[in-house]
Amino acid sequence: MSERYPPSEVLPARERLWLNLYAVTALAVIVLMMLVGLIMRLGQGAWLNVPPDLFYQLMTAHGAALVGIVGLGSSAVMWFFLRKYVPLGVAMFAANYVLFLLGAVLILAAVFLGHYAGAWTFLYPLPVHSMGLWSANAAAAFMLGYVLIGVGFLLFYLDVMRALMKRYGSLGRALGLQWLFGGEIDKSHPPAAVASTMVAIVNSLGILGGAIVLVICLVNAYVPSFMPNTLLVKNLIYFFGHVFINCSIYMAVIAVYELLPRYSGRPWSISRPFVWAWFASTVMVLVVYPHHLLMDFVMPHWMLVVGQIVSYLSGLPVFLVTAYGALVNVHRSGMRWSMPSGLIVLSMFGWAAGVVPAIVDATISVNRVMHNTDWVPGHFHFYLLLGVLPMLLAFLYHLIGGAGARERAGDWQAFMAYLVGGLAFVLMFLAGGHASEPRRYAVHFARWLAYDRIASVAAAVVIAAMLLFAVRITAGLLRSSDGGAAHGAG
Amino acid sequence: MSLQDNVWTLTLALLALLALVFLFVVTQAGRPAADGAAVQKKAYAMRRWLFAALLVLGAGVAWGTLVPFPIPPQYLGTLAPQVVKVVGHQWYWEMSPTRLKAGIPVEFDVTSADVNHGFAVYDAQDRLIAQTQAMPGFTNKLVHVFPPGSYRVLCLEYCGVAHHGMFGAFEIVAQHEGGQS
Repeated sequence: MSERYPPSEVLPARERLWLNLYAVTALAVIVLMMLVGLIMRLGQGAWLNVPPDLFYQLMTAHGAALVGIVGLGSSAVMWFFLRKYVPLGVAMFAANYVLFLLGAVLILAAVFLGHYAGAWTFLYPLPVHSMGLWSANAAAAFMLGYVLIGVGFLLFYLDVMRALMKRYGSLGRALGLQWLFGGEIDKSHPPAAVASTMVAIVNSLGILGGAIVLVICLVNAYVPSFMPNTLLVKNLIYFFGHVFINCSIYMAVIAVYELLPRYSGRPWSISRPFVWAWFASTVMVLVVYPHHLLMDFVMPHWMLVVGQIVSYLSGLPVFLVTAYGALVNVHRSGMRWSMPSGLIVLSMFGWAAGVVPAIVDATISVNRVMHNTDWVPGHFHFYLLLGVLPMLLAFLYHLIGGAGARERAGDWQAFMAYLVGGLAFVLMFLAGGHASEPRRYAVHFARWLAYDRIASVAAAVVIAAMLLFAVRITAGLLRSSDGGAAHGAG
Repeated sequence: MSLQDNVWTLTLALLALLALVFLFVVTQAGRPAADGAAVQKKAYAMRRWLFAALLVLGAGVAWGTLVPFPIPPQYLGTLAPQVVKVVGHQWYWEMSPTRLKAGIPVEFDVTSADVNHGFAVYDAQDRLIAQTQAMPGFTNKLVHVFPPGSYRVLCLEYCGVAHHGMFGAFEIVAQHEGGQS
């Protein structure tokens, strides 16, 4: 066992149970929501009759569920690796899961029983201005679901910060700020601690921003005379949304730092550029959100300039520290290829590549003709589908197989199908954006149908591969619960 | 080539370059170097130059795309000889006038009566040429100069169940044909 896993990664039964619940829930929701996405693309391509009211309900569920579940799955990655270095318990990890499920039930009830279709961004005043299609109660249920999920994540992050401070004395030291300008860097300081500190700080602030705007909107739902400033609400929503989804990436990337060296045989220690990159990202993730508001011309223009320039700068840590660092770690290393290592390299490509169209679109003069076209889902599906999900899958394959596991029949074929299908899928979004195809349209003009149809075929391929991954991993987790595999043998 | 064409070409080129770099590293990854530390040291030395190059490139692009600032000033009164008042509603556009002169700047004063909408101008080939948000309580001013033709307005901010059917239209005519109706 210890040949395949460090002893610190062998979990006691209670921890194993909660981790398995995270893993299986994430896989099930991802597959289900991919199917929902396929239905939407088939509807846009006029291959399937999806009435607009149902389309927008599905769109709302797809967005909310995937943003949430990617966050949940990524937090499992962070918890699993961080607990090796700091005294992190299972109680808040479990509380986060339970609150997530309660929140998800409210959200699903709001959408499918209450017919709420205000999109995952709940952009005020749409949730309370449905033109009779859903009630204020349905909108409130949706937002209360978010509140529950936010409380769960906040509890988890508070526990993470407590554990980091107990181990390192302060969050600043955990983040490595003492090495920014000099001093001998402690090479044993884990990248997982640096990344976790950044995420705990930033996402706590993001969630607090979300809590403020959710309370504002909930009060408005029942006291319509309380009318908040629409621009302020928009700022808070995009601040919260941007921070939350980006933190999912920053949590999942811990799997890259932890696992890649085991296959390349080269350590991945922190360095001064590494510490600078994570410090800079901590600040930049908080201030870059105005790039979502570039078409709100009444915004203070200096904020829009900040949005564009910080978007450019945000690419540097991704490209030059994590992606470049991964490539250097792998290059001529005598790499052992396996599902986890293959998925990690794919995830680095997906993340870095997804940043390219994102940065391009953060240019104000480009945003003028690309904003809210399919270019936008093109770039975020790029780094979610081909970046974050491969990180999660690498982690899960690691859980069931460990560094010494052998692939089973079909794994690499599924990997290639996922890669090719995923690339075709996201490129069709980008091509649609190039052709000015609007995002979030239930019905498309005839001239755009080809993109939707090719994307539908590609999505089906991705889902088939994802289904195989999900079945393999779930079976592996169940086997490990019997004591047959590493993380369950504690 | 439209701006979209340039953006598309640039993006594909950068994605292809990135893919080639990854493919190169992946194909070399299985062949261990005799001196792995030297390989890494050389790669990290290259990174300093790459960092400097990207900083210079980013600064140049930022300057080139932000000066002059691409969004007109919003609080200086009327910005163009032709002004169109635009109000977004679930799910239609209220616009006046809808017949304007070519070659003379048009200012769209865009707001909303209910929820957020996206005021997006498409040309006859369904190509997006300019946009701004329509938001209740605020007026965004979009200024553009058009050649003659028929233009369609689509909503680019999700606004409810008939979002995809929220169309408007206006005509741009040659100067000698008159406008402002």
